[in-house]
Amino acid sequence: MPEPSQDSGAKTDTVLRTLLVALLVSLVCSSFVASAAVVLKPRQVENAILEMRRNILVVAGLWAPEAGVDELFESVEPRVVDLETGAYAEDIDPETYDPVEAAKDPASSVRVPSEIDIAKVGRRAKHALVYLVRRDGEVSKIILPISGYGLWSTLYGFLALEADGNTVSDITFYAHGETPGLGDFIVKPEWRELWRGKRAFDDSGALELQVVKGRVSANDPLAEYHVDGVSGATLTGNGVSNMMKYWLGDHGYGPFLKNIEGGGES
Amino acid sequence: MSPTAKRALLQPIVDENPVTLHVLGICSALAVTTSLLPSLYMCVALTAVAAFSNAAVSAIRHVLPSSIRIIVQMTIIASLVIVVDESLQAFAFETSRELSVFVGLIITNCIVLGRTESFASKNPVGLSFLDGIGNGLGYSTILILVATSRELLGAGTLLGYTILPNVADGGWYKPNGMMLLPPSAFFVIGLIIWAVRTWKAEQVEKPDFRIHEVHRTEAL
Repeated sequence: MPEPSQDSGAKTDTVLRTLLVALLVSLVCSSFVASAAVVLKPRQVENAILEMRRNILVVAGLWAPEAGVDELFESVEPRVVDLETGAYAEDIDPETYDPVEAAKDPASSVRVPSEIDIAKVGRRAKHALVYLVRRDGEVSKIILPISGYGLWSTLYGFLALEADGNTVSDITFYAHGETPGLGDFIVKPEWRELWRGKRAFDDSGALELQVVKGRVSANDPLAEYHVDGVSGATLTGNGVSNMMKYWLGDHGYGPFLKNIEGGGES
Repeated sequence: MSPTAKRALLQPIVDENPVTLHVLGICSALAVTTSLLPSLYMCVALTAVAAFSNAAVSAIRHVLPSSIRIIVQMTIIASLVIVVDESLQAFAFETSRELSVFVGLIITNCIVLGRTESFASKNPVGLSFLDGIGNGLGYSTILILVATSRELLGAGTLLGYTILPNVADGGWYKPNGMMLLPPSAFFVIGLIIWAVRTWKAEQVEKPDFRIHEVHRTEAL
């Protein structure tokens, strides 16, 4: 049922008119998108915090769907760590410290030297927010936030280590933009299961933990430190390996983990 | 409701279904239909985008220079998709994570641009809005059919509730894992198209050309 009143084009197609329409459409659309984004932001932030906390609980093995996130989160102890010295920074309040904001501020962050920035972290905050889970007063798990570049996107997640600061307990990613059905294997429970009991450092203290291409072969002498990758998603797997290498290395949580090993736990 | 309006709303559900007749929007139909809940959100998202972009394009159809027609339509569609995506992240966080990129990919869904270009740029606002709803419903019908069969046969559940008790949980149904993989959606859509075209024979396309027997003289 086309209308006969469809414009002939001669009138609407002048350069001025075209520019004017393009400008108006852009203005209307951008203000529409911008106002929606501003209005919805608080709810999204709330959701994101809830999701991050839920992931901390999952990686800590404390998550129970029927209990509330905030209630369960009471049993997790956030601590601020000075990454350079590996000691706890007692002068910073973990309740209010925001590592994401701190990483943006030149005063509270450092540039990761490009030769060691394999995970493409760019800048990282001088202080990190780690989470401790205690059982009978003793620290039973250490939860470290990790981030780094995969194939398409920056992955954000948590690595949970046992109290020895070496044995992997679990790993989760709460934000990523990897290929659905391929690179998103990093959030699958079956893959996370493979990490349990892996070790990060060998007896000499060298970092060996990494995701290999394909399956870890039965006669791999480093099977204890290697995790299966997924063929077709090698770059996502490499991204995770790079994150391990950076965040567990000397520029990441290395000094902190050495302190823990040395019994420097308070 | 006038007959024209009714036609715009109801024709796309079976007779001019965007998925089974025009075979558009297949990509997302394969990707999001592993379970019913995300599919329902996807249906609502696509229907909203199709209806409002149709209405918006129709409203400016007399002042829209034809040289920048497509890019303006894309701008409108993209803006609406961003708003829908942001709303899902605010109000349906879990599902929006499951749908991941596919809400964003509504921008490239041929159904939406197809309707703004072929219908909304020639028809009044109200009718275009109904046409958008109608095509959204047509897409939704297929998506719900595919998602229902995939979740039911692939996991034995619907919307997360157990319908066919799994062997693993002491029931009798052994889930068909293939139904959860993208190719199965292809098979289900193929079967639906077959069924619709058997029912409505006028939808069967005439072959563009036929492979015929090669005569000896032609071969030489």
